[in-house]
Amino acid sequence: MTVPKRPGRKSVLRAVAASLEAAERWELRLYVAGHTPKSLAALANLKKICETHLQGKYSIEVIDLLVTPELARADQIVAVPTLVRRLPPPVKRIIGDLSNKERTLVGMELVPQP
Amino acid sequence: MLVTRPAIVSALPKARSGIRGLDEITGGGLPRGRPTLVCGGAGAGKTLFAVEFLVRGIEMGEPGVFIAFEETAEELAQNVASLGFDLERLAARKKLLVDFVRIERAEIEETGEYDLEGLFVRLGHAIDTVSAKRVVLDTIESLFAGLSNANVLRAELRRLFRWLKARRVTAVVTAERGTGSLTRQGLEEYVSDCVILLDHRVTDQVSTRRLRVVKYRGSAHGTNEYPFLVDDSGFSVLPITSLGMQHRASAERVSSGIPRLDTMLGGGYFRGSTVLVSGTPGSGKTSVAARFVQAACERGERCLFFAFEESPQQLARNMGSIGMDLGRWRKRGMLRLESARPAVYGLETHLAFMHRTIREFEPAAVLVDPITDFTDSLADSKAMLTRLIDFLKTEGITAVFTSLTAAGTSLEQSEAGVSSLIDTWIVLRDLEREGRRHRALCVLKSRGMAHSHDIREFRITSRGIEIGEDQPGVAVPPPEARIGKRPRVRARKGAM
Repeated sequence: MTVPKRPGRKSVLRAVAASLEAAERWELRLYVAGHTPKSLAALANLKKICETHLQGKYSIEVIDLLVTPELARADQIVAVPTLVRRLPPPVKRIIGDLSNKERTLVGMELVPQP
Repeated sequence: MLVTRPAIVSALPKARSGIRGLDEITGGGLPRGRPTLVCGGAGAGKTLFAVEFLVRGIEMGEPGVFIAFEETAEELAQNVASLGFDLERLAARKKLLVDFVRIERAEIEETGEYDLEGLFVRLGHAIDTVSAKRVVLDTIESLFAGLSNANVLRAELRRLFRWLKARRVTAVVTAERGTGSLTRQGLEEYVSDCVILLDHRVTDQVSTRRLRVVKYRGSAHGTNEYPFLVDDSGFSVLPITSLGMQHRASAERVSSGIPRLDTMLGGGYFRGSTVLVSGTPGSGKTSVAARFVQAACERGERCLFFAFEESPQQLARNMGSIGMDLGRWRKRGMLRLESARPAVYGLETHLAFMHRTIREFEPAAVLVDPITDFTDSLADSKAMLTRLIDFLKTEGITAVFTSLTAAGTSLEQSEAGVSSLIDTWIVLRDLEREGRRHRALCVLKSRGMAHSHDIREFRITSRGIEIGEDQPGVAVPPPEARIGKRPRVRARKGAM
């Protein structure tokens, strides 16, 4: 009978570090429909927040639904602009131009729920 | 109730909904290239209405888009599968696109200004994908539950309806019934062209579905409430005057099962005609009607017997006592007995049930015993009978209905509603004379045949029904001018 080898201290540490790193990677998508004042405002507001709170560990993908309309259905978009936090899980959705910074931070779970 | 056929003249282009009966009420269908609002409470049939509108459209070569706010494409497909709609097949053939729009308020944070352009993009892309001519939004008010900014929603919905018009799609938008208004969110303000109200109400614990065209700009339309039913072939509205009157009229006679009655009618009932046997309690209606069923079975014709007062066993026993062996015909598959209490189902369910059974069994003759049990409200039952009779005539099925005349009420009053639908009307009466009850029979009317106007005495014996000689040996008190135009009465001496 062979007893499964217990994971060593080093490998456990490595796994924890990896998950922490994953949790720290922020993948954001901003859905807009053309270059409207609202979409431009949303992107500017989002960049400001990310630079302040998530410097160096975020990516923003802007999706223009006028270019790729099929993504509206695939990603369940109704309102624009919509910000979707794809990582870290769980997926979060924030609609609007992100002009209310506090609510945006709460929505992104960058600060705890008030 | 007055039966009117709205004179419908219209310049507005219309798209046939394909929903049975609706196109007759609306004079051709829904406004083409415009949105129609369909409102109703929970379970009123809005979604089904919308699905059938799309499916029938596809059958007519108009692809469709279904934007579902309340159920996923899979759920929707499952829910309507029992009604014979195969949405998945239509979707696979690229004739239909179902898009489920999911909005969970709990998962969405709102911050700052937004609009519903995402929905517009989605809808536009869906329409382009299948080249849709028809669009359904079911139930768009769900947006109000998912998003909190009502002002934005209202403005966007107003824009959506304009957009739909600009895209020239024929659209059905469903909405919840509100208290004091047609829809909870007042959507009727945005849709100005056509508004249809569906209603599912329960009266005396029996449910009935009804449809009403509340508004149809630029078009005359039937303004009544029309009962509708939902059965395994979909939605059908019962327009009271939808009778195309296209059925063939057969000159063939079929025996009533009572030789002397055949003689009185000059050879029997017309095949495919509608016969009413009415009478007071105990006057022998079921027996007279059942004779016809037996005669039909003996001719080798299949019969369907709807018994709303007796169970099949009870009927077989009772008819056995007067020399009719219904059990034998049942065993041979010539006769089918269907029993149900009329009060168990609503009007529409009965109609649906009868339609389905008749379609399945394909009988040559149908007996409904009695129809009176449905006539709590005359307008309803007349609509139902009209529909049923129309169906039977189209199929060339001879129908016999029995009807109970309550003692003491005028014949005209109790039967006025159905008289116009009936071809041959036989009245049975109970007469008291010299301490005995006598049964009498006469033919009140019979379209297209020279029939006897005699009032004949008849007896129900263990051998069947025996009608008296040409001239009644007994004196029958004249039931005034109600029965027949020229009641032949020889003597009145017996009237004590």
